Amino acid sequence: MAERRINNPLRNNIEGVFLLQVFFSMEGKELWARLKGELDMHSADELRRELEASLDHARPEVLLLDMEGVSFIDSSGLGVILGRYRRLKKQGGRMVICRPKPQVLRLLQLSGLDKIMTIEANGPQNNPGGIG
Amino acid sequence: MADQVIRENSMTLEFLSLPENVGLARVAVATFAAQVDITLNEMEEIKVAVSEAVSNAIIHGYDGEPRGKVRVTAERDSSGLTITVTDWGRGIADIAQAMQPAFSTDQERMGLGFAFMQSFMDGLEVTSEPDQGTQVRMFKKYKGERPGN
Repeated sequence: MAERRINNPLRNNIEGVFLLQVFFSMEGKELWARLKGELDMHSADELRRELEASLDHARPEVLLLDMEGVSFIDSSGLGVILGRYRRLKKQGGRMVICRPKPQVLRLLQLSGLDKIMTIEANGPQNNPGGIG
Repeated sequence: MADQVIRENSMTLEFLSLPENVGLARVAVATFAAQVDITLNEMEEIKVAVSEAVSNAIIHGYDGEPRGKVRVTAERDSSGLTITVTDWGRGIADIAQAMQPAFSTDQERMGLGFAFMQSFMDGLEVTSEPDQGTQVRMFKKYKGERPGN
């Protein structure tokens, strides 16, 4: 299986507490980004840069954000998701959010993002990267 | 849980307006809040509210620059938890407008910070003076029922 995975721990100052990691893999026209950690204004800026670089490079039709590993999100994190959704939509692509935890799903719903993008509670079965 | 004795307590945390301190403030206040019996859901709500208030102080109060202090206090009494987030940044000219959902001066931001604080806390009070700073006071009631515990 062709898989490109970049292990890219975003900046972390105190081990295990504020870490956000993103793992990318490409499967056909689908770009998978598996996120692990907390998504606030600190990690949001880094995540935005990482996603933009990967979207520029991979030009996917679909961006799948696997959020199973995200334990916290606030409006800064939602802003990054909205920004990438807008970019993909403009390019004729789409975005899918997979497996959000209940607290993350609640904010996706409160913000209305669940109405404009697809949320897969269980995630598509063909996740090439698996979940570590 | 209804018989829980709640002892008064308070804490203050002051830090430079740096993004990495948002997580620090959130974890510190959540840890303080969890000294009494609260539900996981309440703890998540407190974390989001603190994260939003501190992010606002850094992004809007100090334009995202590490040039000022942010002070977070948490006080507990028998009625609940009061969290105050203070900055000495540029202040908010029109508080009512700033608190409108989806009001943001930045395309990438959702303008939902105050909306989340309002939804997740039982009281929200914002005072601000241009060029003097902003103070956000939030109150979370201790509820009698604890279905999560």
